[in-house]
Amino acid sequence: MSAPAKIAGARVADIVGEQNCFFDPSELAEYEVGGMMPGGAARPGSAEEVAELVRMAAADRLAVIPCGARTKLELGLTPERYDLAIDMTRLDRVAAYDPGDLTLGVEAGCELAKLQSVLAEHRQFLPLAVPWFRQTTVGGTIAAGVDTPLRQLFGTARDYILGMEFVTGEGVAAKSGGRVVKNVTGYDLHKLMIGAFGTLGIMTKINFRTFPLPLESRAFVARFDESKGAFELRDRVAESPLAPLTIEIFSPPVSGLFGSDVAARMEPNPYEPGLLSAKHWIFTSGFAGNEGVLSRYERDMTGMAERCGAGGVSVLAQGQIAGAFGRKSEFVPIALESSPATTIVKLSVLPRKMNEILARAGRFADEAGERWAAMARGVGVIYFALLPEARDEDARRRAAKISEEVIAAVAALDGHAMIPWCPREWKGSLPVWGRPRADFPQMHKLKTLFDPSRILAPGRFVGGL
Amino acid sequence: MQLTDVQINRELVRALERLLGRDGVLSSREDLLLYEYDGSVEVARPQCVVFPRSTEDVIGIVRLANQHKTPMVGRGAGTGLSGGALAREGGVLIVFSRMNRILSIDIENRRAVVQPGVVNLELSRTVADARLHFAPDPSSQKACTIGGNVSENAGGPHTLAYGVTTNHVLGMKVVLPTGEVVSMGGTAVDSPGYDLTGLFVGSEGTLALVTEITVKLTPLPEAVKTLLAVFDSVDDATETVVDITGRGITPAACEMLDGWTLRAVEAYVHAGFPLDSAAVLLLEVDGLREAVETQAKNVAEVCGLHHAREVRVARDAAERDLLWKGRKNAFGAVGRLSPTYYVQDGVIPRTKLPATLRRIDEIGKRNGFEIGNIFHAGDGNLHPIILFDARDAAQFKRAVSTADEIIQHCISAGGSITGEHGVGMEKDRLMPLLFSEAELGLMRRVRDAFNPAGLLNPGKIFPSGKGCGETRIRPLPVAGSVAQ
Repeated sequence: MSAPAKIAGARVADIVGEQNCFFDPSELAEYEVGGMMPGGAARPGSAEEVAELVRMAAADRLAVIPCGARTKLELGLTPERYDLAIDMTRLDRVAAYDPGDLTLGVEAGCELAKLQSVLAEHRQFLPLAVPWFRQTTVGGTIAAGVDTPLRQLFGTARDYILGMEFVTGEGVAAKSGGRVVKNVTGYDLHKLMIGAFGTLGIMTKINFRTFPLPLESRAFVARFDESKGAFELRDRVAESPLAPLTIEIFSPPVSGLFGSDVAARMEPNPYEPGLLSAKHWIFTSGFAGNEGVLSRYERDMTGMAERCGAGGVSVLAQGQIAGAFGRKSEFVPIALESSPATTIVKLSVLPRKMNEILARAGRFADEAGERWAAMARGVGVIYFALLPEARDEDARRRAAKISEEVIAAVAALDGHAMIPWCPREWKGSLPVWGRPRADFPQMHKLKTLFDPSRILAPGRFVGGL
Repeated sequence: MQLTDVQINRELVRALERLLGRDGVLSSREDLLLYEYDGSVEVARPQCVVFPRSTEDVIGIVRLANQHKTPMVGRGAGTGLSGGALAREGGVLIVFSRMNRILSIDIENRRAVVQPGVVNLELSRTVADARLHFAPDPSSQKACTIGGNVSENAGGPHTLAYGVTTNHVLGMKVVLPTGEVVSMGGTAVDSPGYDLTGLFVGSEGTLALVTEITVKLTPLPEAVKTLLAVFDSVDDATETVVDITGRGITPAACEMLDGWTLRAVEAYVHAGFPLDSAAVLLLEVDGLREAVETQAKNVAEVCGLHHAREVRVARDAAERDLLWKGRKNAFGAVGRLSPTYYVQDGVIPRTKLPATLRRIDEIGKRNGFEIGNIFHAGDGNLHPIILFDARDAAQFKRAVSTADEIIQHCISAGGSITGEHGVGMEKDRLMPLLFSEAELGLMRRVRDAFNPAGLLNPGKIFPSGKGCGETRIRPLPVAGSVAQ
């Protein structure tokens, strides 16, 4: 960790204007990343200004970190260097929206919630119900690669991003893809930017395919004494012709987390007291359609749940969904508030391996004497949260041991695991990005190509890229 | 001592024969003739053709090609429509038809691992009993390979609802042009790190040779309804597509055939397209039984609002297959009418369909060409077909400039030069219309990072200064051949 380099404030001011740059430590506090403070922050108003800032940074070898609402700056490794924050929130325009084409071009700093309200006027939406939904920007969401319950039906951002404009580490403003729903012209460089933490380029504009809002939706909830039944129900639904919007499975301690402050600020908790108890595994699935479709889901899911040994089922009506859905999509912030040292291991395995791997992860935590809670998504992703009572050395040692064991168990199943969230002072001793990937040398090639001076969030990404 | 080209060629062929056996290498002139074509209007002859059986064979071939500083080009079934699998600068054509095994199928998790030479439809047929399929369905799916689909990021009629190839590929094993083997992605989702799989799918065989592909399998829908809407004007048909999209109805497929094309098809396939109509839309809705009924009703209503003369719902699977046979064999049908045709692949925003179709008609008339239109209307992915006689060099030149004019229009409408066929050696010269020199430079550097000697599939994607159809034009494939 090094002190930030001296930044020529006048040059930054020349680029973005006096009123859009800050060098006073009191103003810079909010741009802190992993305990590091930058020497300055700039708020560019256009892609050209971003490019100019990056060119200046490249020439002086200043490390820059792009940011939006700064809700996910704690993810990833502590950067090697951090000199200049590039605050993208002035780039917040909906650049082009063609409701008739169901396509959209939006600047990276636009708030996701604001964008969704623009789309909602045309009864459309983006299936990005991501954590920190009310604050987060579009660019931050895409750069951090966070997922959403809606991926069950809609896939991830990579499936509906049509193209992008970005600035490389050399300050070259470039684009790839386009704003039509089908396009194979040139390399899909934009796919590289998704989930790359701004280490290859700074996204300035993102083009999306939008989706019509579902007519009416409901949610199905089933309670199980053991995880086996809940995961079996996932499998039965997957085998059936049903195509729900979301499928999540909660471990028993999760209902306790719903008393957290984050959850308290949400829509009312729709779960009946008896349904969501601290003893039960909960299967929950949202679905949409016309009346006939909705009844079919209710009927089929109830039947399947009973055959899987559900102890109770319930259907949430349209009006109750927001509360239930918010608790699924905001699981990470809720978990983070639930312990002074929340450590979340995100693991992905084949869907049919989820019950087995979660049982093992739970055993590792139980053996180490650590509290835990988990949320599994139907597609094969599990957020396994360790919730120590205290943020101390004992807790760190337990977290290190458990996460190593989980990561090894996941690797044996050809899955992936990483630790997106943990106390910042633990990052040096926890395998934040999991095990190195076999194609790391190729990733390194790309980093060198896009960012030859290593100025874009250096050291924050996989393998210290 | 300087070796001549012929000596290099002989030495390389001998070395390849030692590696693959004599039946793994073709090098006689008459054999090579068969490999100078693909589905496009381009022609380029390789020095030799090889048939690897394993990743190790591919590594051996790549090493030999590097030793001899000879270009190498991967090829599946050769159904591509942009010259992607042609040896533009000669060299070794690596044909994957013997790497055609499905390596594993995991029904429960809906995954399959396949070799690149597996035929697209073959995979879907293999998993059909489990009510699954491989969703990308290019019209050439009876012949085209999944390796080719991956290279081109192939689409198809049902990609409107199901997504294109890249949405269905989870991981790959590739051989880089340096001989290095790299595995990327895998069976599980969300591998932390850069999305190399996303970069390599659709890179048109310029970054690596793919030797294993992990794909998602997609459930077959419970219910399907196929509708044929018949129109007396092209405008009504295109306005219908705009309205369906705008209302947020996403059919599984939404294909359009104009009057000229449907008559050509009808004469050949007898799919039941009314000969006196100006355009038909082939629409499909699928999903749960309860949803499909309503969707079909909604779609039919929109067609009615735009003066559809008739909306016919396929009564059974046989009628549905016949309608689709008409769509998927259309290019074979066109082949019966003209010695040569040139298919374009422009994309436009869907709201621009009516104006664009009018413009294509005007461009055709002004240049003296009959232009047929059969295309993925729901995606705004146009396939104007320009009929011409390749024996007439001046006419060919005019056909190309007419196509360029159409593509220019697509770009000015906010679209793109290729929706699913790829840039290849056909549209490389058009790339500067969409990308700046800096953007092309960045993409070139990405290519050079993985393909440093430039030996893998040279002369593709990036402007080379050569024109379309620079060598010569081949006669048309016989009617019934499969094409996009």
